[in-house]
Amino acid sequence: MRISAPPVDQVNVEERAARFTRRSIKTSTKLAGLKMAVSMMDLTTLEGADTPGKVAFLCRKALQPMDPRFHAPPCAAVCVYPNLVGAARAFLEDSRIHVASVATSFPSGQVPLRVKLQDVRYAMQQGADEIDMVIDRGAFLAGNYHKVFDEIAAVKEACGGSAHLKVIFETGELQTYDNVRLASEIAMRAGADFIKTSTGKISPAATLPVTLVMLEAIRDYFYETGVRIGMKPAGGIRTAKEALHYLVMLAETLGDAWLTPDLFRFGASSLLTDVTLQIAKLTDGNYQNPDYHSLP
Amino acid sequence: MPRIPKSTALTKRAPHAEALALQFGDAWAYAPAPETTPVTVKDRYDLFIGGKFVKPSSGKYFPSLNPASAKKLTEIARGSARDVDKAVVAARAAYAKTWSKIHPRERGKYLFRIARMIQERARELSILETMDGGKPIRESRDIDIPLVAAHFFYYAGWADKLDYAFPGKTPNPIGVAGQVIPWNFPLLMAAWKLAPALACGNTVVLKPAETTSVTAMHLAEIIREAGVPDGVVNIVTGPGDTGAALVNHPGIDKIAFTGSTEVGKHIAKTLAGTSKTLTLELGGKAANIIMEDAPLDQAVEGVINGIYFNQGHVCCAGSRLLVQESVYPKVLRKLTDRIETLRVGDPLDKNTDVGAINSKEQLGRIAELVDSGVAEGADLVQSNCRLPSKGYWFKPSFFTGVTASHRVAREEIFGPVLSVMTFRTPAEAIDRANNTCYGLSAGIWTDKGSKIFKMAGALRAGVIWANTFNKFDPTSPFGGYKESGFGREGGVQGLMPYLRV
Repeated sequence: MRISAPPVDQVNVEERAARFTRRSIKTSTKLAGLKMAVSMMDLTTLEGADTPGKVAFLCRKALQPMDPRFHAPPCAAVCVYPNLVGAARAFLEDSRIHVASVATSFPSGQVPLRVKLQDVRYAMQQGADEIDMVIDRGAFLAGNYHKVFDEIAAVKEACGGSAHLKVIFETGELQTYDNVRLASEIAMRAGADFIKTSTGKISPAATLPVTLVMLEAIRDYFYETGVRIGMKPAGGIRTAKEALHYLVMLAETLGDAWLTPDLFRFGASSLLTDVTLQIAKLTDGNYQNPDYHSLP
Repeated sequence: MPRIPKSTALTKRAPHAEALALQFGDAWAYAPAPETTPVTVKDRYDLFIGGKFVKPSSGKYFPSLNPASAKKLTEIARGSARDVDKAVVAARAAYAKTWSKIHPRERGKYLFRIARMIQERARELSILETMDGGKPIRESRDIDIPLVAAHFFYYAGWADKLDYAFPGKTPNPIGVAGQVIPWNFPLLMAAWKLAPALACGNTVVLKPAETTSVTAMHLAEIIREAGVPDGVVNIVTGPGDTGAALVNHPGIDKIAFTGSTEVGKHIAKTLAGTSKTLTLELGGKAANIIMEDAPLDQAVEGVINGIYFNQGHVCCAGSRLLVQESVYPKVLRKLTDRIETLRVGDPLDKNTDVGAINSKEQLGRIAELVDSGVAEGADLVQSNCRLPSKGYWFKPSFFTGVTASHRVAREEIFGPVLSVMTFRTPAEAIDRANNTCYGLSAGIWTDKGSKIFKMAGALRAGVIWANTFNKFDPTSPFGGYKESGFGREGGVQGLMPYLRV
């Protein structure tokens, strides 16, 4: 199989992405957009210091992101390391909130495939129903695209029918839009259910233009196959305003069908605080003291 | 309302895009976001002659409509041949007494001052431009008005450096320039004309387009407040015969006209054998060429920007799309989906992409040409957008199945209507692109630099954009080949028409 991707023009992608930030999103649209953003959030904690207690805190927040009188929906998922999947699953047992786990030796992915697959299987055994894998950037940058493809396909096989696979490119390391586009093509063809920008451990993480390139790849794949692939920008999205920019871009690039947590997620930890603050502001008409809102 | 032919009211989608089309519906509808800053529109606008606002000698005014509502916005003075004469006399006196005498550095200072005042009043001017002309506030705010200021800044810089623009030669101003401008970029065209003329030491009589005079009169206020000597800039509003009176006036040394090729040809005939010099910037039917190796998503954006920018009321609009056959289905499908996301409606809404058609007459012309395209057998694809019930509107549209003998492939539509054609090889693309009586602009989309240089050299057009379209900058010359006119505006070349070297 020859692996190739259409070229991407950097100047025009950045210009187009900037256009979405000029949309004026107000009143009812803004409120609906912010609540949609909450429902699309993968609340994430990926620290060496994570404990079952921290994860429980996160799970409670995912279930009830803010004061119930604001009618904010629950978040889409909590995203944790494999060791903490069990804690999250125990807590979220009966809810509809997904348990996502970063696996495949996140964030570097620099271990043999055999170990990556063990990592994935362990996370699934513990109860993860979403797997966020990292691609082998070393192999990608060395031009060994088949290795990247084969690993994704192997992880997909390990996920079987029971877990959704999100494939992380770490776009900050791939650096060029052409690389991001090529990685998207590889991942979608190898079986990704979602493609995801970043681990959150490298800067820059998600940006609007990078996400646009991936959305365009998703669009072409849909045109070609009719299959809808999901998108997850992760890392670096901290404000409600930025979240709305992403939703505008999503709505105007892929349309109505993608405006659902089944096909779009925000990978974030601190974003929720600003979004809930803005929801309260829109509902009550004035800003609350941030102390009324949960810390990240 | 002009007759909108039945055929154009139909909405068709390209057949193969039917199966897996994206849906751009109301899943997350945008609430209205109108620009609400209050601006003052006067009840009526007088002429600007000799540094004063004066009533027209006929005492007559004509209404100026807001094309988004078809309601009267204000009244504009109807300048007559007598008013034109007064303006030319004032301009001549100012030329002789002050403007050609003062130090060029002083001329530059006035222009810098005008540029700064335009920036200070940018929001007011943007809103007025949108109310009077129908263009989206996003465009007048982000493109038109910033470029207006940029043009004054740029030519202000040249005022005292003309000796260096043409080394070894002695540049002198021409005298009194008569300038007639179009309605598509009212204030920007005024800036394109005024800034180089004034920088070079000429005085000016400007005739704005009949449907879009408001911002020119606000510019007159700025010019007066900037302390520009009386008579250096005179603005005489009115319909076509006011412009004719200006063109025919014996006291004018130079005519600069931007507008239709038809009128341009008439002006050229009128001026033949006179001592007046002439520059013309006329129509276009630009080819936007997508090669198979192009970044297609960005190319489609460029096509959208090329033809739907300012409702297609752009002389350099990329109104003919030439697509290499191997990528034609992909491009067509992307284009079909993309026009659904263009937001058509209230030009003052900050989210509007495509505003109102400038006038009832223009809407009639667009409808007539689109009707001819359908009658000649081309396939019309239109956006499913809803149009407002009042005002003048046209859905973003494109034709497929177009052949070079169709009127929609040859004539300038000056509306949001694109004609899509295919080609097989680069050589064929160049032949097809050049197969037009116009030659104002062209666009090339390819990932290959060598292809860009080769094709740009072979295309007979004044402006060639590579992997972009409709980009303007005061430092870059703009003008046409063939029936798109002659003379250049912008850049150092833009000084030439206003100097005797």
